[in-house]
Amino acid sequence: MMSNSPTDVNGTKRTTPIRESHDGEFNLRLYVAGQTPKSLTAIANLKTLCEDHLAGRYNIEVIDLLVTPQLAAGDQIVALPTLVRRLPPPLKRVIGDLSNTERVLVGLDIRPRSPVLK
Amino acid sequence: MQALEKSATGIAGLDELTFGGLPAGRPSLICGGAGCGKTIFAISYLVNGAVKFGEGGVFMSFEERAADLEANVASLGYDLSDLVAKKQLAIDHVHIERSEIEESGDYDLEGLFVRLAHAIDSVGAKRVVLDTIEALFSGLTDTVVLRAEIRRLFSWLKDRGVTAIITAERGEGTLTRYGIEEYVSDCVILLDNRVTEQVTTRLLRVIKYRGSAHGTNEYPFLIDADGINVLPITSAGLGHPISDETISTGIADLDDMLGVKGYFVGSSVLISGLAGTGKSTFGASFVNAACERGKRALFFAFEESPDQIARNMKSVGILLKRHVEAGLLAFEAARPSLYGFEMHLARMNRDIERFKPDVIVVDPISAFRGPEFEIHATLVRLADICKSKGITALFTSLSSSGEAMSDSDRGVSSMMDTWLSLSDVEANGERNRVLYLLKSRGMDHSKQLREYRLTREGVHLVDAYVGPAGVLTGTARLVQEAHERNAALERQQATERRRRELARKRESAEREIAEKRQALDMEEEDLRRLIEQEEAREEVIGSERSELATIRGARQ
Repeated sequence: MMSNSPTDVNGTKRTTPIRESHDGEFNLRLYVAGQTPKSLTAIANLKTLCEDHLAGRYNIEVIDLLVTPQLAAGDQIVALPTLVRRLPPPLKRVIGDLSNTERVLVGLDIRPRSPVLK
Repeated sequence: MQALEKSATGIAGLDELTFGGLPAGRPSLICGGAGCGKTIFAISYLVNGAVKFGEGGVFMSFEERAADLEANVASLGYDLSDLVAKKQLAIDHVHIERSEIEESGDYDLEGLFVRLAHAIDSVGAKRVVLDTIEALFSGLTDTVVLRAEIRRLFSWLKDRGVTAIITAERGEGTLTRYGIEEYVSDCVILLDNRVTEQVTTRLLRVIKYRGSAHGTNEYPFLIDADGINVLPITSAGLGHPISDETISTGIADLDDMLGVKGYFVGSSVLISGLAGTGKSTFGASFVNAACERGKRALFFAFEESPDQIARNMKSVGILLKRHVEAGLLAFEAARPSLYGFEMHLARMNRDIERFKPDVIVVDPISAFRGPEFEIHATLVRLADICKSKGITALFTSLSSSGEAMSDSDRGVSSMMDTWLSLSDVEANGERNRVLYLLKSRGMDHSKQLREYRLTREGVHLVDAYVGPAGVLTGTARLVQEAHERNAALERQQATERRRRELARKRESAEREIAEKRQALDMEEEDLRRLIEQEEAREEVIGSERSELATIRGARQ
């Protein structure tokens, strides 16, 4: 379960420092458990997606629950990976490896839900 | 070969039923409909674990929030926040709201594992409850992943060596709505809440218990201020110890009738009779006698309130209040319609466990209304419970008029050791009470029909008149007895008369004999006199002749 690649830098808590939040600023948290392929895919997908759609107005916090398991209950984490939009309110959650970009954008309210989906 | 290790639930009755508790280190499934008490069962398992066995527990709730849960079980006397503060219990509320979650790509439930592992580690838990894990199915859409993850979760729990309870809602025609019983195959317990004739009965059944014997019946259970109480079936067999000792019936004459000075200790006694034949009085006499000898007695009243019984029994000289004050006697009164039979039984069992009486009285069993077989089953179990604990149980039963034996009596007769039948005899414009012993196992008891009276000093037995005209009681008996006395007197007088006549006859005969003898004597006397005269005359004649000869000779 635990990844055995200690050299990977994604195990650190923050990849981007939190900046002063202002309107439109996206404060995102990605929960993972160890360096599993799924975790790595999710991190990569998230970075690409943010750069494409939220360039300059986001920060990402990656939390490894194997390091800080006590944080799981607070954000009601069940499935992994889970992306939590902490800002702007309301709280939003997207689960999975974020491979479906369209669903992530909808989930994060970046793009309105298409009428077909409704 | 080592027997399956068990984790005691601490729930009264359930551990007996499963011969020790849940399978240790394995997950068990508790399923049932809404409001069956699944959560209460699960939380009781954890609280008992912490309080009684010093084992930490984790409660992972998928439905109720920790605060709600705490409030809900406070009525059972459980203080969850205290246990949490003492690090004996961890509560984690898992909340999943589908509308808040967007799914994008592959995921697993590792988050749940992390949370569970963290909670287990934080209190060193040996016991885990997942209540109700199927809530995940309504929060997440990918059921294939869910099923695989739940399966993985259960084997993970096994690997961790914790004993887990997984609760699940009952589905249509299946044990659980999402079929998770497939993954939890070691122990499955089904709870049910059945309403029959507007009366609810909670029932528990162990459907499956791999590697262990278990009771297979449905067992009633109670949830009240004392927690959960499952009715044990310890006495399913007939192996209970028996006693040669007897305990007084409280009625001296009845003790004599039984031939062994009372009921056997630990036996079941049935007193059946019509309304107003004094069934309760017999029960109260028994209780009174027991308490006077320092025994503990429990009186289950289903028709009268305790105060009413005490007052009514005072009128026949049985003072019960003093025993209550001395702590030897306790009343448990409830309307029969308050619960189902099973519930009553569970309640009575709990009262018996708590009070530990030597004798009990159930007055009356006929107050229970419902399907015959259920009443019967309830009573058989109650009688068994008493027998297994060596408690002498006295049951009263109201029989319907005109029938010597009502259906319910017939049903319970087989389990009764002593059966006393009280009845009314109606004749000559009055009612009189008679009793007889229908049966009494192992006693050389009187087979006689006896009349009895309820007096200010209690119950008294009178010899009933049994004659060619049948049984006579009351004034009829008195009249008949007077008749008999007259007849006897007459017979006596007749003999007397005959004796006098004979005496008279003998007297007259003797007089006659005397007279005859007198006559004979007189005759004899006459004869003797006659002979004397004759002899005198002969002499005279002889002397005269010689005189004459002399005279003649001289002249010649």
